[in-house]
Amino acid sequence: MSEALLAVRDLRVEFVTEGGPLRAVDGVSFDLSPGEVLAIVGESGSGKSVTAQTILGLTRSPNARIEGTASLRGEELLAASEAELRKVRGDRIAMVFQDPLTSLNPVRRVGDQIVEAIRAHRERIGRGEARGLTVEMLDSVGIPQPERRIDDYPHELSGGMRQRAMIAMALALDPEVLIADEPTTALDVTIQAQILDLLRRLNRERDLATVLISHDLGVVAEIADRVLVMYAGRVVEEGALDEIFYDPQHPYTWGLLGSLTRLDRERPERLPQIRGAPPSLLDLPAGCAFRPRCPHAFGRCTELPALETRGGETAGHRDRCWLTPGEKRESRAVGGRIALEEAR
Amino acid sequence: MARFAARRLLGMLLVLVAVTVIVFVIFNVIPSSDPAARIAGQRGATDPQLIANINREWGFDESLPVQYWRMMEKVFGGDLISYTTRQSVDEQIWEGVPATFSLCIGAAVIWLSLGVLFGYLSAVRAGGLTDRALTILALVGISMPVFWLAAIFLYYLTFKVELFPSGSYVPLTQNPLDWAYHLVLPWLTLAVIFVGFYSRVLRSNMLDAMHEDYVRTARAKGLSDRQVRTRHVLRNSLIPIVTLFGLDFGVVIGGGAILTESIFNLQGVGQYAAEAIENLDLPPIMAVTMFAAFFIVLFNALVDIAYAWLDPRIRLGGSAR
Repeated sequence: MSEALLAVRDLRVEFVTEGGPLRAVDGVSFDLSPGEVLAIVGESGSGKSVTAQTILGLTRSPNARIEGTASLRGEELLAASEAELRKVRGDRIAMVFQDPLTSLNPVRRVGDQIVEAIRAHRERIGRGEARGLTVEMLDSVGIPQPERRIDDYPHELSGGMRQRAMIAMALALDPEVLIADEPTTALDVTIQAQILDLLRRLNRERDLATVLISHDLGVVAEIADRVLVMYAGRVVEEGALDEIFYDPQHPYTWGLLGSLTRLDRERPERLPQIRGAPPSLLDLPAGCAFRPRCPHAFGRCTELPALETRGGETAGHRDRCWLTPGEKRESRAVGGRIALEEAR
Repeated sequence: MARFAARRLLGMLLVLVAVTVIVFVIFNVIPSSDPAARIAGQRGATDPQLIANINREWGFDESLPVQYWRMMEKVFGGDLISYTTRQSVDEQIWEGVPATFSLCIGAAVIWLSLGVLFGYLSAVRAGGLTDRALTILALVGISMPVFWLAAIFLYYLTFKVELFPSGSYVPLTQNPLDWAYHLVLPWLTLAVIFVGFYSRVLRSNMLDAMHEDYVRTARAKGLSDRQVRTRHVLRNSLIPIVTLFGLDFGVVIGGGAILTESIFNLQGVGQYAAEAIENLDLPPIMAVTMFAAFFIVLFNALVDIAYAWLDPRIRLGGSAR
């Protein structure tokens, strides 16, 4: 593996709330290499968005306690001053958000918002030149008639076009890392596929390191190289895409895979789901946080297992589950496919 | 745009008709408003013939709809005459306009700039000492009645310290410095309540806007805090302020400044209205009411135009009422 472009170590984010301290992210570590697509998967509240936003300092507030390190080519981000971080945001690490309608300022022209991003980092680029670059960017993300679209307001574009414009804005300064936070969730299925194609193309053409945040394993399967599965603020399993899909070690991952609809299999009568709801981050169960929802939980699960290679076949495939590799292989096979068994 | 203008013009006409009919009817049903008796004065009480003559001469013996129609003819013909002073109402209003506009425009500049400045500072320092101090100031400003504030100003700054003149209007063309000097206290008196109100509205708008997704996007782009605040948060939060301002300004020009004008003896349209009401003098009341209604409707239309310009999601004409 080549040297890490972005290295996150033991990231912890805690928010002070009226209900007590809320640990949103608890010890997340990962490496991202140039050209790699890393997917962070989990339900809402699993800490995936907070992880990404914290890297850019967007969760900084008097109520947030942030620990750990995140370094971009050896440059520490979490401890950086706001002014230093501002130079990284948009220029070296760019971000695309879930809902392109609310993420663009509704009363300013799309082009102006992209020009603004360019000029925030390149003072020497004049308005006219920045406008030219913007047209080029809009064109490269597949927006037809970019020289006309540049003067549209966000509500005048379709959902897919808006997300393309967001991506153009993120890539305008040729960043090293793109963080895409649920980039397709707010879009129609056909548009989702187009946006994923676009992200994959840009990732290849520009050797762009990408962090893709999603709750949808179907989306992840399309473009990810490696996958981090998060649950209640912790990484419960990580590995290469194929390892996660064909040799998953953690019951939560089985549950996610089991609830996927697949075109190559007969559709089950009722889509399986993981029973129960994610725990409150204010009141996490001791040990494995998935324990209350896990049909395979046993006595030892009240102790938190470390994230390490257990049943996986490579050093990069690690999980947090006490079951033995044999038990895992046996338990995850439900009706000829991988799934989380319903309550015992 | 043409459809919008046509509809607004029609609306304005309807409002003016409604307002004048209401004023006319109210005037004719309230007790002791008989204009003939007022014109006759002392002698009218003992001389019924005089009253009858006046009734015939002024047309007060006609039916109410006819009287209303005659009055409208006079209003639009420009020869409306006061029942009490016998002066031309149009002339009196024109004489009052410079003072009223000077007062209202000056106060508007003050309340808009201070309201936005205080609201911005309050939002940026939310929860801090500046915010708390400005909050208290705003609440004090909103709660203070105009007549009381004016009295305090006059007592302390005019009679005790003799820092400012006690009022009256000096035309701008005569002496700009004196004009401003005489208007400082009236401006402040009129502006204070709006400064308080606008700063509160802007503060809460800005605090709401700070949590919007597009603000997060702006920060993620690498804009500085100040750029994010002015170009995104403030820009979007000012839209409702513009609406408020248009409406308030129309109301102030159209009579909202009656108290301020009277207390500081500015001889503006508002003071003229106050005197007319005191004397139950229908022609000026009618004219001033129409003057007010005209400006309120006009500024309503201007607000809609400004709104569509500031927020491109809104289109004039289309589905708006």
